[in-house]
Amino acid sequence: MKCAIVVFPGTSCEQDTYQAISVTLGEKAEFLKHDATNLEEYDAIILPGGTSYGDAVRPGSIASMQPVMKEVAKAAEAGKPVLGIGNGFQVLIEAGLLPGALFRNESLRFVCKPVQLKVGSNESWFTSHFEKNEIISIPVAHGYGNYYCDEATLAEMKENNQIIFIYASENPNGSTADIAGISNKKGNVLGMMPHPERAVDELFGNTDGLNIFQSILAIWRESYANA
Amino acid sequence: MYKVKVFVTLKESVIDPQGAAATKALQQSGLTELQEVRVGKYMELSIKKTDRNVEEAVHDMCRKLLVNEMVEDYRFEIEEVVGQ
Repeated sequence: MKCAIVVFPGTSCEQDTYQAISVTLGEKAEFLKHDATNLEEYDAIILPGGTSYGDAVRPGSIASMQPVMKEVAKAAEAGKPVLGIGNGFQVLIEAGLLPGALFRNESLRFVCKPVQLKVGSNESWFTSHFEKNEIISIPVAHGYGNYYCDEATLAEMKENNQIIFIYASENPNGSTADIAGISNKKGNVLGMMPHPERAVDELFGNTDGLNIFQSILAIWRESYANA
Repeated sequence: MYKVKVFVTLKESVIDPQGAAATKALQQSGLTELQEVRVGKYMELSIKKTDRNVEEAVHDMCRKLLVNEMVEDYRFEIEEVVGQ
């Protein structure tokens, strides 16, 4: 599997993500910049965390207008897995690939700590290696993770099993329905505030995050490698 | 040349963590007549005069980037500046 890691000015979690894919998972990963115009050779796209464009206007908003995002949208449309982590989640929302909005944390503070998550659905590209309702631990690190959507959108997402991760121990940011991560209807685009790349090795204290990358790899193998 | 003032406000239905914190702090400081603070944004745009309708251009800029219409409302004032 060949994975594209999209880097904008101000992105900061690309190295951790690269290590998770290349060293821990043992798959190929390459960095692509904001002006990349062709993602066809990649099997999976990751938008890592950080503070693209210094969070100007709204987090993720300037990044969402860059040329590479047209290609990310094409890849999503084609059914390839697209994962946005932290700021990457904000970019996917601003680009219209996921519904809702991400506001400043209710506490107005940056939160950085491990949190427990409940796996709301294991039918997405990203969660087949989990049990449904399994409780896992993955760290958060964000100031703008307060997910908001209107009631109609929330009902629709519940109906379609799009609520993939739910804060289980505490809600660190005040998000609607304790949402930590959501997917699109098809289940191939996931945005999540917690950082799975920071939980992929026993040295980090837990490996729950690795299951997300392994889930992507497993479905990719089933869908494409044997085809 | 046009000077445009854009006012961005959060929709009524949307939570405003900054406004809520400011409301609480002001009320606790004894300013009990305060009911609510809602924090928004103010932006100034300088726009070149072209054949294109300036209002239309400002709407485009707001929709494309400056405003998240799902959670924010906006209005603007346009002033034509001559001789500069």
